[in-house]
Amino acid sequence: MEYSLHFGAVWASFDKLLSGLAIGLGLAVVAVAIGTVLGLLAAFASVGPYRLLRWAAAFYVSLIRNLPLLVLVLLAYFALPQAGITLDKYQSFAGALALYSGAYLTEVFRAGLISVPKGVIEAARAIGLTRLQTNVSVVAPIMLRNALPSLGNTFIGMFKDSSIAAAIAVPELTFEARKINVDTFRVIETWTVASGLYIAACVVIAALLRGLERRFPKF
Amino acid sequence: MSDKQHPLLAIRGLKKQFGATEVLKGVDLDLNKGDVVSIIGSSGSGKTTLLRCVNLLEEYQGGEIALDGETIGYRSGDGRRRRLSDRELSRQRAMTGMVFQSFNLFPHLTAAGNVMLGLRKVLKLPKAEARAIAENWLARVGLAARADHYPSQLSGGQQQRVAIARALAMNPKLVLLDEVTSALDPELVQEVLNTVKGIADDGATLLIVTHEMRFARDVSSRVVFMEQGRIAEDGPPAQIFGAPKNARLAEFLRTTRH
Ligand SMILES: Nc1ncnc2c1ncn2[C@@H]1O[C@H](COP(=O)(O)OP(=O)(O)OP(=O)(O)O)[C@@H](O)[C@H]1O
Ligand SMILES: [Mg+2]
Repeated sequence: MEYSLHFGAVWASFDKLLSGLAIGLGLAVVAVAIGTVLGLLAAFASVGPYRLLRWAAAFYVSLIRNLPLLVLVLLAYFALPQAGITLDKYQSFAGALALYSGAYLTEVFRAGLISVPKGVIEAARAIGLTRLQTNVSVVAPIMLRNALPSLGNTFIGMFKDSSIAAAIAVPELTFEARKINVDTFRVIETWTVASGLYIAACVVIAALLRGLERRFPKF
Repeated sequence: MSDKQHPLLAIRGLKKQFGATEVLKGVDLDLNKGDVVSIIGSSGSGKTTLLRCVNLLEEYQGGEIALDGETIGYRSGDGRRRRLSDRELSRQRAMTGMVFQSFNLFPHLTAAGNVMLGLRKVLKLPKAEARAIAENWLARVGLAARADHYPSQLSGGQQQRVAIARALAMNPKLVLLDEVTSALDPELVQEVLNTVKGIADDGATLLIVTHEMRFARDVSSRVVFMEQGRIAEDGPPAQIFGAPKNARLAEFLRTTRH
């Protein structure tokens, strides 16, 4: 049997795919923003002087990294309400993705922290900066610059992982594509267009991030 | 201000160990305001460690350091000796400036930004005032035109002069310099030594660790020879280099002067 390509039905719903793409990007932005804060806190905790905080950071990272994202998402969406915490599907997914990206970013930032030269930290201490001032004004900026490429990769990864939100009926790109597929039976066309959108978005994000890296030259 | 009652820096019986190894075995040293004291001695004798204790970058196990009459680093009460809080240590560190062998400039800040950070965060000066002070100090070390350059855009000698400006701009009571030319290409050494000589001539109190014997002789009011964690000889440059009493010092001078 011959399968002839007809993109017409897919183009008719192209706006749905675009809005799905926007939702995925939005979820990734929110998740990585929160994840960045979590990652920074956990990374500083993990190299800091307090054993309890180091332990808490290690626990967080290994707990999250040993869970599949899908399980974490289902847990947040279905189990939290049982515990009396009701979030809508956007909130629960963004929360799950934030926790997930935070664990990966902890490792990214930790590597960045370790790469800050000890002598530079001592120079900050020598002019009288407190530990907190040193972390804010010296360590964090150097570490963030060192971490920028990995931060970008994590963002792209989280954007692609936003497709998992389809499992709880968040109308992002994958969810919309599946709906169009079911409605039109244009399997190849639908998934080709959806893939093209994912790839195009990732290429654009990567280019933007490279631009950002050029604006903050390596030391 | 130091006066007749106390020297600007008074180190008494300073003892420091790394694990089981005793690195400083009871160091006594006094500096008066305006003194320029050079520490010489063979590798591993404890020179760097001594400076780092004075700037409270290292903890020490015994003895006392007083800066301008204030005991620094530790508080003792009811027979116990306790390290001060981070805030107190930071306040005391701001009273001494430190210039490192490896410059240690903040790579994400311009030359002016490097000088301004302490002025803004520690001395809480307004931005315009901090900038003016930074430009003034950069001009004094001959880098007025490089204020907006990043460390990666500067030569080693220029970076070290920024580091000197960064330390001096805080108006410290005492400046510690640890082999500030050792990481430099030979042709860049002199510009940094001239800068140090300039601040010495302006009346700054300096404690200098150096392997540049000629420089130590030219610039110092006193020279101290360290040997295995102790001060083995302490005297004017003419005595140290001309008529050393300590046999180890005589030996050290023979081997370093080729
Ligand atoms: N962080 C440390 N941990 C353990 N031992 C150390 C540490 N720092 C220094 N030491 C030891 O303390 C001794 C004194 O070192 P220090 O760096 O003060 O010597 P120095 O006189 O400055 O030598 P150099 O002329 O080579 O710079 C050396 O034996 C060194 O190995
Ligand atoms: Mg040394």
